[in-house]
Amino acid sequence: MGRYTDNPAAVAALVQPHQVHRDTYVDREIFDLEMKHLFANTWVFVGHDSQTPKKGDYITTQIGTQPVIMVRHSDNEIYVLLNRCPHKGTKIAIDRSGNTGKFFRCPYHAWSFKTNGCLLAIPLKKGYAETDFKEGEASHGMKPVGAVKNHRGFVFARLAQDGIGFDEYFGNSLSSLDNMVDRSPEGRLEVAGPPLRYMHNCNWKMLVDNQTDTCHPMVAHESSAGTAVRLFEQANWPEDKPKPMAMEIIAPFMSPYEFFEEMGIRTWPNGHGHTGVHHSIHSDYSMAPEYWDAMVETYGEERAGQILGESRHNTVYWPNIMIKGPIQQLRNFIPMGPDKTLVESYIYRLVGAPDILLERTAMYNRLINAPTSIVGHDDLEMYERAQEGLHVDGLEWINIQRLHVEDEDFDEEAVENGTTERQMRNQMHAWSKFMTMSMTSSQEAAE
Amino acid sequence: MTVTRDDVIDFIYDEARMLDEGRFTEWLDLWLADGFYWMPLDYKQDNPHDMTSLLHEDDFMRRLRVERLNGERTFSQKPKSRCHHVIQRPFVDEFDPEAGRFVTNTSMHYVETRLDEQFLLALTATHELNLVDGQLKIANKRVDLLNSDAAFGNIQLLP
Ligand code: FES
Ligand SMILES: [Fe+2]
Repeated sequence: MGRYTDNPAAVAALVQPHQVHRDTYVDREIFDLEMKHLFANTWVFVGHDSQTPKKGDYITTQIGTQPVIMVRHSDNEIYVLLNRCPHKGTKIAIDRSGNTGKFFRCPYHAWSFKTNGCLLAIPLKKGYAETDFKEGEASHGMKPVGAVKNHRGFVFARLAQDGIGFDEYFGNSLSSLDNMVDRSPEGRLEVAGPPLRYMHNCNWKMLVDNQTDTCHPMVAHESSAGTAVRLFEQANWPEDKPKPMAMEIIAPFMSPYEFFEEMGIRTWPNGHGHTGVHHSIHSDYSMAPEYWDAMVETYGEERAGQILGESRHNTVYWPNIMIKGPIQQLRNFIPMGPDKTLVESYIYRLVGAPDILLERTAMYNRLINAPTSIVGHDDLEMYERAQEGLHVDGLEWINIQRLHVEDEDFDEEAVENGTTERQMRNQMHAWSKFMTMSMTSSQEAAE
Repeated sequence: MTVTRDDVIDFIYDEARMLDEGRFTEWLDLWLADGFYWMPLDYKQDNPHDMTSLLHEDDFMRRLRVERLNGERTFSQKPKSRCHHVIQRPFVDEFDPEAGRFVTNTSMHYVETRLDEQFLLALTATHELNLVDGQLKIANKRVDLLNSDAAFGNIQLLP
């Protein structure tokens, strides 16, 4: 026990209206408390159901630092189970994906479990006949998480048995996910290949913060986006030759501050929010005519126009994912330690849409989010320098005051100037809420 | 000119040396304009289109990458990285001097370093070379990392 365990008041004091204490980014005890409380009380992204299309298909992943298995059971429902044998702890699956057939079988002593986790069989079971094994937790098999929700293919889970419901937790923010799925003429997405996996030596919240940090692209990415614009100008590109797709993707990063101010930021309760309310860097992507026709066929002209008229840039689903609706991308910021984060960037195919859209998405993902990306390199450089800089003892606070106003109410949906740091404040407000809601104070306990 | 096996093999060695010495602008001139530099993400990935890759770069992207390395405000390259290739003698898998077409397969160990960090990648490079105006040029290059599905930090230069 240190300074923060069983001390919700000390944890809450780390977040002030306009600044956050650096311990939220560098302190080991805080990180452990995040895993125990924040990642248990919130709804965390697990996977997409197209990653497990057939019965018995599974993937392994993490909720916070807790290893879990997402699996399709014989009733076709998706289950999320803790990846630990109830006997002696052996991880049941360690490959990233696979098919287990009708049941999981632990490789250590061959206990087996149905794909909903229930204990199926134990070899030499008579060894437990004279014991009260049936009363113990091991007899229940692989333990499921507290709650699971499959929203239009996207599977979220809450580790805690009791807590906030899915709909209340996400509220209107689901409009971004819905828009991404609606962009398929069949209303369906399919995962396209494995994710890019990019290790970051920084706190997971630095990545989350960066998703709505609209004052960095034209500065940090000058070396890539600025150079692209210059090279393109020098190339005297013929009018009739299509612009390189890479230019369409990368050049808007150099848009001026006014562009980002006017694009707008919307925040929702519980830490969710997005950039690109009015327009975004994804607004001017060229359209494949056969795609428009397929959309009109399904939705009619008006509705198709509405769906494709949204160009929301980054939507943060607190705590740790971001989606880009217009290009069907999802980035999962998986916490590994206070200064270590695994970023997995997934792309999805719009079922029923032409291949060229997936090609653009695949290109976006590798140009911006690969370990080999000339854009990603400069982002990671900033995160890692910040992670190191935060250890300076003379200054202990991180400033998130841009366009701050007195008495902000994060329980209200709001749309503001696109360069506000309100969404970062919204996130830390939610951080405080879900961190402390299940903490008991040692003082109270003593009373 | 008549191309010998040794010419083909020397070309692969020369390219590796060029990269290790940081002569990236010169390296651009080894390429044919419509060639792709491809580094798959999935082990034995068979196409770059319906899933993403680590790299799949045309002439414009290669130039952008190299120009950025030369740039003033390239923060992740202040200070600069250095790289080092140790290569095995290339297999010449296709040798067709008549058509001016050659394919090599080369195992390499690639080391990249910056500040106090250094990492090692094991890889297989497949080069398609064409003879154009008496010179060997890279028509396509594919780099398969042995652990392409692993999580990496920054890979900033050219394996
Ligand atoms: S640890 Fe799994 S069966 Fe014994
Ligand atoms: Fe960035």
